[in-house]
Amino acid sequence: MLALREVSKSFGAVRALRGVSLDLTPGEAHALAGENGAGKSTLVKILSGVHRPDEGTLLLDGEPVEFHGPADAQAAGVAVIYQEPTLFPDLSVTENIFMGRQPRRSLGRVDRRAMRARALDLFARLGVPLDPDRPARGLSIADQQLVEIAKALSRDARVLVMDEPTAALSGPEVERLFGVARSLRDQGCAVLFVSHRLDEMFALCRRVTTLRDGALVATDVLADLTPDDLVRRMVGRDLAALFPKQDTAPGEVALKVDRLTREGVFTDVSFEVRSGEIVALAGLVGAGRSEVARAVFGVDRRDAGSVHVGGRPLRPGSPTAAMAAGLALVPEDRRQQGLVMDLSIERNIGLTGLKWGLLSRAAERARATDWAIRLQVKYANLTDAVTVLSGGNQQKVVLAKWLARRPRVLIVDEPTRGIDVGTKAEVHRLLSELAAEGLAVLMISSELPEVLGMADRVLVMHEGRLVADVPRAEATEERIVAAATGRPA
Amino acid sequence: MTGLVDRVGRVRELGIVVALAALFGVTGVVNPAFLSPASIRDILLNSAIIATLAVGQTLVVVTRNVDLSVSSVVGISAFGGALILADHPGVPIPVVVAGCVLLGAACGAVNGLLVGVAKVPALVATLGTLYAFRGVDYAWAGGRQVNAADMPEGFLRLGSADVLGVPLPALVALTVVLAVGWVLRNLPQGRELYAIGSSPDAAVLAGIAVKRRVVSAFVVSGALAGLAGVIWAARFGTVDATVATGKELDVIAAVVVGGVAIFGGSGTVYGAALGALLLSGITSALAVLRVDALAQTAVNGALILAAIMLDRLLALRMARALRKRRYRDAR
Amino acid sequence: MRVDRWETLVVALLAAVTVAASLGVDGFANGSNVGFLLLDVTEIALMALTMTLVIVAAEIDLSVASTLGLCCAVLGRLWTAGLPIETIMPICLVVGALAGALNGLLVTRLGLPSLAVTIGTFALYRGLAYVILGDQAVADLPPAYTSLATQSVGPIPLMTLLVAALAVAAGILLHATGLGRAITALGANEEAAYFAGIRVKRIKFWLFVASGAMAGLASLVFTFRYASARADNGVGLELAVVAAVLLGGVSIFGGRGTLPGVVAAVLLLAVVRNALILADVANEVLNFVTGLLLVASVLAPNLKVRLERKPVQ
Repeated sequence: MLALREVSKSFGAVRALRGVSLDLTPGEAHALAGENGAGKSTLVKILSGVHRPDEGTLLLDGEPVEFHGPADAQAAGVAVIYQEPTLFPDLSVTENIFMGRQPRRSLGRVDRRAMRARALDLFARLGVPLDPDRPARGLSIADQQLVEIAKALSRDARVLVMDEPTAALSGPEVERLFGVARSLRDQGCAVLFVSHRLDEMFALCRRVTTLRDGALVATDVLADLTPDDLVRRMVGRDLAALFPKQDTAPGEVALKVDRLTREGVFTDVSFEVRSGEIVALAGLVGAGRSEVARAVFGVDRRDAGSVHVGGRPLRPGSPTAAMAAGLALVPEDRRQQGLVMDLSIERNIGLTGLKWGLLSRAAERARATDWAIRLQVKYANLTDAVTVLSGGNQQKVVLAKWLARRPRVLIVDEPTRGIDVGTKAEVHRLLSELAAEGLAVLMISSELPEVLGMADRVLVMHEGRLVADVPRAEATEERIVAAATGRPA
Repeated sequence: MTGLVDRVGRVRELGIVVALAALFGVTGVVNPAFLSPASIRDILLNSAIIATLAVGQTLVVVTRNVDLSVSSVVGISAFGGALILADHPGVPIPVVVAGCVLLGAACGAVNGLLVGVAKVPALVATLGTLYAFRGVDYAWAGGRQVNAADMPEGFLRLGSADVLGVPLPALVALTVVLAVGWVLRNLPQGRELYAIGSSPDAAVLAGIAVKRRVVSAFVVSGALAGLAGVIWAARFGTVDATVATGKELDVIAAVVVGGVAIFGGSGTVYGAALGALLLSGITSALAVLRVDALAQTAVNGALILAAIMLDRLLALRMARALRKRRYRDAR
Repeated sequence: MRVDRWETLVVALLAAVTVAASLGVDGFANGSNVGFLLLDVTEIALMALTMTLVIVAAEIDLSVASTLGLCCAVLGRLWTAGLPIETIMPICLVVGALAGALNGLLVTRLGLPSLAVTIGTFALYRGLAYVILGDQAVADLPPAYTSLATQSVGPIPLMTLLVAALAVAAGILLHATGLGRAITALGANEEAAYFAGIRVKRIKFWLFVASGAMAGLASLVFTFRYASARADNGVGLELAVVAAVLLGGVSIFGGRGTLPGVVAAVLLLAVVRNALILADVANEVLNFVTGLLLVASVLAPNLKVRLERKPVQ
């Protein structure tokens, strides 16, 4: 139905895609695999008309076509669900869904009534009772994704492209999304599914196309592959065990959180993290995990409860005080909260070490160099802006920035979200090494294998409360899922 | 079935109406002359030009841009129109008016191309053209001043004539407000302006012709500034190269008081026009109340601050309300 | 310094215009004219220094010229009331700082956009100036200070030395201290800066205070230089200040900009204005030139990026 033939695309000196071909056929779900920087996003943006290929052609029903912009791609029946929701915060949910293709009535007016009815219809199909009249501002990420999906559905798409749509969704929501994708597929729609989660690819797709460094590696039938085969195709080499947490004897209590409460967000959360320990904080998206981390670090205020670091009470509402006490937070949103994208690698790393007085460029350079080498950041110059780095390397810069402070307690929020398999393993090894050196690590993660492989202890949150504290030996997938979904174990 | 978005907007506009009512009520009690037809007529006349400009400015601000150059466009249009009328008395008045509107639209197109196509931030681009257009105006005028005596009587009447008891400039402003308001509310092109201001990136991905929409917003703003220039010339009769200097901030003040978010995505032309009316109403009221005319600037400033604080309060209120009603059926 | 930077271009342009004016314009290249040229740009230069910091922090202060007017009015009022000038001068600085503090509070505590806030206080402060002093002009100021404001050391006006010293201080602050780095970072990404422990609100608040205090200082220079304290002193200067800062290559979106670039831009505008006046070109053409330069300052780097984006064949 829609196909790419020998497509290449460069940005300046970077060749993002080199001679890639891809066939999407009606009634088939096709997976697109590859590490970060492999060219998946570029490929998606070519299909959606955001970029135009430098070489090669797009074929629609066998005829060459050119998309001069997203509008052309949409007219051709291509609908895209982007990784990051692209909503209009000031407009109502209904207007968001139909922007650019509103139903009309006389004089070319927008038919609001019809639009609203259709929005209600779509939400009914998706099984979510979202209010069609509320503005998109303030919707949770998961709800925003649902609006995106409704948008794609409303298009009666012939080709549905999903660029990591599940990153922010919880189990039931993923299931619902897959249900919709399957029914579209069965109606003859071609589906392209981009994800880092291998199990999801196997669950949804028939074939998979793997990219590496902008080039096509292979297109296979998934049934003929094992997950290891797929990882090998993506990385080009075998990987050591994915989750290499070493056993350590836990030391002193480094972080003690007592009855922490933020009204309407989380209630009565108490736990301890000892030095040398990796404690995972599991739960569904929206259970309040990141919010706890933010309140502990002082980014958000807390309404009740206390935090002690190394036995000393921590002043609330001040990241500066938290840092002085030896806390570090690698936040959830790398691009928005973790990095100043316009600044260079060395200045980003230097950001946590600023003093008011005169700077020493040599000291700043030395600090950045040390940590960039230790974390094996792949870069050309330390003075390059962090934008030029891949997601995985950006995450390493965030880690370097915090580790350079030699913290006592490290909180990492989704440390491997959206980064490639190879870098993921490196991050895991690093966290394990740091714990062995005596660092206390609190790790928020939505990936169960990561939680089970890395954590000495698993805390589970459900609807703003801490509902389980499971030691490593007893931690199983079933038990954590049960706790996270509020069922008795 | 009205949405929360619409309701908050309406509350905001209602706020200005209440403020206007209070203003007229209180001032009227203290000095009934304030409510006389002549006085009301005066207020309408005074607010007409700013209201017309505020409508154009709203279009631009809604797209998360700003047009600082409007005052210079008014200046160049007013002088251009007056000069043609003075030096070429044979040219029919409608042609002059149309020419001024076109001249304004051309200036707007320059802004639009700089912002929409060349990607110069609107604040920088229109600050640049604020100087540049004024410079052209000065060069063109070369120190000359056109007086009422040089212009045909029929033209000057446009600035003060009444139609059905309403001064013509106010009628023009009202027409502009209703027309643009209708477009913004009902036509897809209007909705797209809000979308662009709300999230420029998402607008591109939604397939909206962002460049074209931004350029047209600036062109309309320029055209309305051109129209306001002609009205200025007709109303005041004395025109030189300094006409309307500094008015850009008054226009933005009206827009802000009217509840148009300075970073785009929300607000209506009705609000902006009411804002213009409120600001000139206050000016007149201060005069009637024999408050030192010099205090008027300070009152305007305080009003702008009050307006943005109110907007902030409403936004916080709305955020709180939204947290409680994620879903349709939840109360 | 890399050659492809806009700042470098401004310096080159400044050099070129200066050379051209020296050769082509009678009366440009002599001591008294250069002194006049420098002195004439003092207030804009002073306020541009703090405006640079504010804009790099991704905020804007459109109220500076009104704050200047307010301080002038306070000065005039207190002087006619018989206070000694040595008491009045620090009061003016404090009034300026307080005016800045109000901006800072509204922006950082209430979270209002500074563009809207300072358009409001732009009107408010100017209005207060009129309320305080009316439309009178206070001219009988102490000669010791009025002559000090116009005094020169050799060909260089004393006030220019003041500007130079403050420019060096501001340059060091922005480019060589942790505070400057923090200002740049929070201008580029406020949230990430906050997560890195930078006290975003506090820094922004003090930048507005500094901007106001600097307007207070500029009000003293303005009043003594013209030997006249009026409520409408410095009307319209805010746009000249912002124009100079942006022309100097500071990004209106924050996070990018250099102080040397801004200083060069201030001088460039001053030289162009002076040369045009001497060459008997209408002063108003300066408007046009300012506008063009301003647009060019953003357009040129944009075009360059666009050319570089052309795919490598």
